[in-house]
Amino acid sequence: MILQAKNLVKWFGTENNKTYAVRDVSFEVNYGEMLYIIGPSGSGKTTLLSIISGILRPNAGVVITKGKELWQLSDATLTNFRLYSIGFVFQDFHLFPKLTAQENVAIPLILQRKEWDECMQRAQKSLAIVGLKGKEDLQPYKLSIGEQQRVAIARAIIAEPDLLIFDEPTASLDGTTGKKIISFVRENILNDKRAIVLVTHDNRIYNDATRILKMEDGKMTGEISKDTENITDEN
Amino acid sequence: MLRKFELNSLLKIALKLLVNDKGKFFTLIIGIMFAVFLIMQMTSTFSGIMQRTAADIFNVGAKIWVMDPSVTSARDMVPLPNYILNAVRSMSGVKFAVPIYNGSGIVKLKSGKYQAAEVIGLDDATLFGRPNVIKGNINAIYNNDAFIVVKNADYEKLDSPAIGTTFEINDHRGVIVAIAKTAMSGLFGMPTLYTTYTRATKMLPTTRFTISYILAIPKDEAAIASIKKQVQKLNYVALTEQEFVNMNTKYYLLKTGMGTNILIMTLISFIVGLSVAGQTFYTFVLENLDKFGALKAIGAKRSDLIKMIMFQSAVVGFLGYGFGVLLSSIMIAMAKLRLANYASVVTAGNLSFSFFMVLLIIAFSSYIGIRKVLKIEPFDIFRG
Repeated sequence: MILQAKNLVKWFGTENNKTYAVRDVSFEVNYGEMLYIIGPSGSGKTTLLSIISGILRPNAGVVITKGKELWQLSDATLTNFRLYSIGFVFQDFHLFPKLTAQENVAIPLILQRKEWDECMQRAQKSLAIVGLKGKEDLQPYKLSIGEQQRVAIARAIIAEPDLLIFDEPTASLDGTTGKKIISFVRENILNDKRAIVLVTHDNRIYNDATRILKMEDGKMTGEISKDTENITDEN
Repeated sequence: MLRKFELNSLLKIALKLLVNDKGKFFTLIIGIMFAVFLIMQMTSTFSGIMQRTAADIFNVGAKIWVMDPSVTSARDMVPLPNYILNAVRSMSGVKFAVPIYNGSGIVKLKSGKYQAAEVIGLDDATLFGRPNVIKGNINAIYNNDAFIVVKNADYEKLDSPAIGTTFEINDHRGVIVAIAKTAMSGLFGMPTLYTTYTRATKMLPTTRFTISYILAIPKDEAAIASIKKQVQKLNYVALTEQEFVNMNTKYYLLKTGMGTNILIMTLISFIVGLSVAGQTFYTFVLENLDKFGALKAIGAKRSDLIKMIMFQSAVVGFLGYGFGVLLSSIMIAMAKLRLANYASVVTAGNLSFSFFMVLLIIAFSSYIGIRKVLKIEPFDIFRG
């Protein structure tokens, strides 16, 4: 098991006027698993993702990642933990438009204070893994949306993290590209030394999930089958 | 050895982020360059003017100037009685002391034209404070009606006289016996004539007392303080050359409005630079804000982001400073080639002052950028 979330609670607002985003959520993620968290908008998926990736402190509950109780770590250690152990793929990719694909990919290593040449070499390899060999020197605006997504994935895996966090990875992509990329991730990025937690409400990619957990009103309503017919876009 | 000067990866990526955004990069540099250019122009002109107002002090080169306590600037002469000269000469620590006359007369040129000229009367015996004669002989100053003319930007106003040229000064005959150079020209555009103290006081209208300043030469540096004290006991003031220059500068800075005007112009230049650089830098940070947020999520430390932003603003600041100094130096040099009277000089003080101003611009630009970046929460990136 790479991650264990126990009784997570997160609310926003004031003590007297609480709005619950996550209510008593518990789940586990195993190595080699591609876990989807699905649910309608406002169900608390993104908040949960932020909590388990060490970005947003919960009001209650425990997150144990690779044996470490995440929210017991100091801010500096937590930042370092994210840098070395977690890879992020954001919904809008957040690539620097003025940097080349290679430089964008190299950012986690740069933040790890690696030498420039090493960063560039590994970025090149990472780009090759996601099928962007030969496009290293292109700036993001010269790449298609799908390719930009691949650059974001290459950036997430460059530091070889154990846990990858994908936030609505197909939201900016058309159906075909979205499916292709997720299948690619499942086949090429996921392995038995790594786990992926993916938040989505795109039912076209459910087939690639190892497991699917559904959230509603901040609660985990249970595990559902990826073949479930009644899962719609609204979910 | 060379590796030591290589930027680390973090600063390299910060530099690429900055430089690759060519529009903003050049706007930032040009903004700061323009501000530095204006600040340099203002302060250099002020320094130049200040130097010119103190030209007589520099040109004479006396170690100690004795004067009336009411003197506030180099042009503000209050004649001293002769007994003060004698008293200074007899003071302990004084090697010798001489009078100097500084006044002005109306020169009538052969063309019939009138021209005001500054006349400096040098001590007859020593000719202390003499100019550097470039044509003729200094001893010719003892000839009848002799004057030495200074060949500077105002020389032409006397119809560029050669040796032997005669003229009238205050209805007296004058003859040019030598041509000289001085270290510095005066500010007020008057040609300068040197003659002996006796002749100057005879030819030019004076008050009962005729000594403009007493120039004292101490036996050694250590005697200066004691001489100053002894002069003070006579209710007069003794200043070193630098003290006299400082007093003169202070007068023009505070009592003439010149300082206020220069200060206002400098302030405006600073505000222009600050606004352009601050706003552009802020926009630059704002446009990349979500990316900085993403960096935070990925694992960038606050110190990493601060370093990146400070480095970026320092790069544009120093480049803008360099180009600004270069541009203003070129402009000043070109102006001096065309306008002999152009009073502007780049000093270490001007350079330091404008550098300090650039540091303020950098600090401000960094501050607003850093403030914005540190405020963004990685969670905001997830929320879109």
